[in-house]
Amino acid sequence: MPTLHTVNKSPFERNSLATCLERAAGGDGVLLCEDAVIGARKGSAFAKALAEKAATCAIYALAPDLAARGIKGEDVVEAVKTVDYSGFVDLAADADRVCAWL
Amino acid sequence: MRFAIVVNEGPYTHQASDSAWQFAKAALAKGHEIFRVFFYHDGVNNATRYTVPPQDDRNLQKLWSELAAEHELDLVVCIAAAQRRGILDADEAKRQGKDGDNIAPGFRISGLGQLIEAGIQADRLVTFGD
Amino acid sequence: MSEKSRKKFLYLNRRAPYGSVYALESLEVVLIGAAFEQDVSLAFLDDGVYQLVEGQDTAGIGMKNFSKTYRALGDFEVRKLFVERESLEARGLKESDLMPIVWEDEDEDWAEKPSIAVVDKAAMAELIAASDVVLSF
Repeated sequence: MPTLHTVNKSPFERNSLATCLERAAGGDGVLLCEDAVIGARKGSAFAKALAEKAATCAIYALAPDLAARGIKGEDVVEAVKTVDYSGFVDLAADADRVCAWL
Repeated sequence: MRFAIVVNEGPYTHQASDSAWQFAKAALAKGHEIFRVFFYHDGVNNATRYTVPPQDDRNLQKLWSELAAEHELDLVVCIAAAQRRGILDADEAKRQGKDGDNIAPGFRISGLGQLIEAGIQADRLVTFGD
Repeated sequence: MSEKSRKKFLYLNRRAPYGSVYALESLEVVLIGAAFEQDVSLAFLDDGVYQLVEGQDTAGIGMKNFSKTYRALGDFEVRKLFVERESLEARGLKESDLMPIVWEDEDEDWAEKPSIAVVDKAAMAELIAASDVVLSF
């Protein structure tokens, strides 16, 4: 993967997710962690944008952050894969660079 | 693989330090090397040993200090950011005429060049912040 | 430092100055980092474009106006400042609202050349893809 993008803020609070999705290139990965996972819930206002972006980028959400916010696996947008911290490390290692959208 | 980690926020207000610690722990468990953890902006507040969180809460300073002791991690606190926020080691306290220091075990205060060096030396730099 | 160990550093600046410390402390990294002779690019997008707006006057808020430091970046061999067009437009800003920032080209009798390049979103994505290390502020 060329770039792993990380987003940690709720898309309802900041524009980080939107900014990131508009600048992530095909083949990149986007990892939602901390409050950003709120956007990955089925039916959220950002579910469609994530599903659409998943056609060209791999979208991930951090499972421990989903669980902490009461979002179950089956509640996550289907195109979004879940990973734990170990998976986060693998994604960072596989990417050529990690770009944080703080 | 050699990672560098940047922590830009203090403990408790934001999840950044928790996330960075979890990432560091997972990376070490997988056999990766952590070249350095650099604490910048309010992230320097992770380095005071004077925090006393309630007993049923995690103690982030202790978690970092323990991880550093176990894996010989290089925990570097930016000196300019630390001076602004009152994080001092014994030498700095003496130089600035302050009546005490507060840096926690395993942390050291150094310059911003350490961040650039981490970017140069590490294969990947991962940033946690607000 | 050998060419081989030169890395492409990209500073991703997305926040306005003064409301938070990130712009100032990003600039401090840039200045210190200059001594390491890496390949440095600065990206300004989202509210980060406000860091380069001309006419900043902080007298009324009691904070140091550090905007003049951007003009000195050329002296530190930092000559590549990329400002995103879409971010400017969304905020009602034009390129002419930004400070003139130049560097002096030694090879052309110290001719002053602009350091700021206004680029579109797609070019910003390419800039990220071409970097080795991204420092986010």
